Amino acid sequence: MKFRNHVNMKNIITVFAAALLSQQALADKLSVFACEPEWAALVTEIGGAQVEVTSATTAMQDPHQIQARPSLIAKVRQADLVICSGAELEVGWLPVLTQKSGNPKIQSGSNGYFMASDYVELLDKPSKADRSEGDVHMAGNPHVHTSPTNMLRVASALTERLSLLLPGNKTLFESNHAKLEQSFREATVRWQPKIQSLKNKKVVVYHSYWIYLNKWLQLNQVATLEPKPGLPPTSGHLSQLVTQMTTDKADFILYATYNDSKPAEWLSNKTGIPAVSVPATVENWQEVNALLNWYESILNSLTGNALTKNASTPLAMNKEDSFLMAGSNCHARIRKLGSYCSKPVDKDSIEGVPA
Amino acid sequence: MKKFLPLTLVLATNSVFADDISALKQEFEQMKDQYEKRIQALEDQGSSSVQTKSQPQVNAFNPSISLILDGRFASYKNNPDQYKLPGFLLGDESGLSQEGFAIGESEMTLKANVDQDFTGQMTVSFGNDAGETTTDIEEAFFETLALGNGFTIRGGRFKSAVGYLNQQHAHAWDFADAPLVYSALWGGGYSDDGLRLSWIAPTDLFLELGVEGFAGEHFPSGGNASTGVGAKVAFINLGGDFDESQSWQTGLGYYTADPNQRESATTTDTASFSGGSDVTGISAVYKWAPNGNYKERFFKLQTEYFYRDESGTVFLLTSGDATTYHGKQDGYYIEGVYQFVEQWRTGLRYDFLSSNNHGEDLIGTNVLDEAGLAADGYDPERISAMLEFDPSEFSRIRLQFNHDKSYQDTDNQVVLQYTMSLGTHGAHTY
Repeated sequence: MKFRNHVNMKNIITVFAAALLSQQALADKLSVFACEPEWAALVTEIGGAQVEVTSATTAMQDPHQIQARPSLIAKVRQADLVICSGAELEVGWLPVLTQKSGNPKIQSGSNGYFMASDYVELLDKPSKADRSEGDVHMAGNPHVHTSPTNMLRVASALTERLSLLLPGNKTLFESNHAKLEQSFREATVRWQPKIQSLKNKKVVVYHSYWIYLNKWLQLNQVATLEPKPGLPPTSGHLSQLVTQMTTDKADFILYATYNDSKPAEWLSNKTGIPAVSVPATVENWQEVNALLNWYESILNSLTGNALTKNASTPLAMNKEDSFLMAGSNCHARIRKLGSYCSKPVDKDSIEGVPA
Repeated sequence: MKKFLPLTLVLATNSVFADDISALKQEFEQMKDQYEKRIQALEDQGSSSVQTKSQPQVNAFNPSISLILDGRFASYKNNPDQYKLPGFLLGDESGLSQEGFAIGESEMTLKANVDQDFTGQMTVSFGNDAGETTTDIEEAFFETLALGNGFTIRGGRFKSAVGYLNQQHAHAWDFADAPLVYSALWGGGYSDDGLRLSWIAPTDLFLELGVEGFAGEHFPSGGNASTGVGAKVAFINLGGDFDESQSWQTGLGYYTADPNQRESATTTDTASFSGGSDVTGISAVYKWAPNGNYKERFFKLQTEYFYRDESGTVFLLTSGDATTYHGKQDGYYIEGVYQFVEQWRTGLRYDFLSSNNHGEDLIGTNVLDEAGLAADGYDPERISAMLEFDPSEFSRIRLQFNHDKSYQDTDNQVVLQYTMSLGTHGAHTY
């Protein structure tokens, strides 16, 4: 029995095979599919002109709830590298994209499959897998990009990965990486007054999205607007929060621009606690210093609203920032040990600081 | 030294910092000590902790398991046993679900990557048929991961890609029942044992081409006419985004088979069809969400049209009557679903069917009429409305109302349905 469409298929395949060959001839650049804009920004910083990047989502979209759209399958089909948060954040759509793509380069386990959460220590690992606790992620909290320290950890791993995929450009990637680290260190110093002023502030968040930001800024998360992860705020839960705030008042309410603003504004009106809305990730990942600008905008939003004028704490960098300042040479070691960097801070450089 | 030059510069130019530099220095020194101690401690216990981590977990390679529980309470004005679609020979699963309380099909899916080249999955459904528990292998297939250049082969039993809704499991549908055109032409949905080759073009516009060959055992094929490939399918899908908020997909499917003694229950007899059957279908799906954020609000518009051309003979097994049969039948549905606030969705669906059947009696008289193939100009149609409450991604309670004109005696149907999803978080196709 012959397929009626056999001949047509053959012709079409031949035509497109020719197109494929010509495409591969130009394939000096890496085609990168980023699940979220922060990874698009990071891979652009490190890959420079050697990467052609597309982001599946924007800062206005909840990355839990993305449709496995045809346009995304088409992009993954052409990708040399897929970079995502991992830790089950994209579990509802990424598997469909990779499986339908027919692209072996980006299947789980391939060099073209890069999950950022594999390179940071995940917090919030639930002790039991029970959905009565909401939409819990067994691997831990996947929103790792909200801390610049995590971002640099991922940057190191990504630099290695890009060098593996395009060995000829290793030097370029490493120099871009060094520049990125340098800019992060400079910014960290510049941000110190703001970072210090936020220390130990109490925060109510919409979703446990900002847990790594909390760790970075030493914020104290006292409540979430969601009664359980992934469930919308209920009036009962919100009134409970009003009561909680009378005895243990938070300093601000933090929510992402893609969240519904009503619950946060309602609680803010009832309690007088300022509600701060920040983009969940970089809004324009193509721009220069997109990541730094995003972290800075969060800092500005928080310090602008959090009544932090009289910070009395002495100037001393928090753990995360000290780690960040210590540089990347130790990152490989961290991945191995899953803990802090063992490379001591360069003594000369400390002494070089004018007193 | 080099590394901290910018730090030095910035600190030097920033008078706010000057007073605190010594504090900073001290802090650095302290931290350095602490880290070194911790690292030492970690390295000391390193060997033992690494060993515990690398101990093989016996269960680690088990496939992911998900279980769908479905049940409903249905109330009909008419007797559901009288249900028919004039002008169409129906498959087993084309009728109405049991009246009153009944569990629907409970589905269990097991899924895992086989190795670097293959993935595999199986869906078994457990149902209830007149008090008897039924088990059915809905799907059991492997799929390639590593063919490359956009090619994928799927083999085993799976749902055909001939239509858009056909590829979805019933629990992913937006309504409690299949569209009439699916009930009439596909017995609720076409899956069979076979092989699929599909290819995705390396273009930003989504273009998928595929062919399928099936044994031809399942309705509407039936009877396994040829010992080789009994049913063949070819399909093309196109899709893309209009902008950040709007996306679309459209498809064209073609099915051809030569059923041999394909049996359909009529109200009084069993009709057996042998001949040729060709179906052509088109589908279109449009989705909108503000800024492409599906968390709170979204809208989905979906429509499919099928045209079937059948030609052969129909025997009635009990009466022994027979007729030639040339049938041209078509139908469509169009549905819209709107999530107006998180956890709440509502939807509206319209179904339409039409048939134009001819035949010459071979044995007996008015055999087409006897077989339920004479529609006498009657075109079945149905309007459905539903309201859904989804407490989370994993649970759903749905109330549906049908104003059903499947046959001349209009029926009003109410269905209250629950769908619970346990286990692995499923990934859903577009």
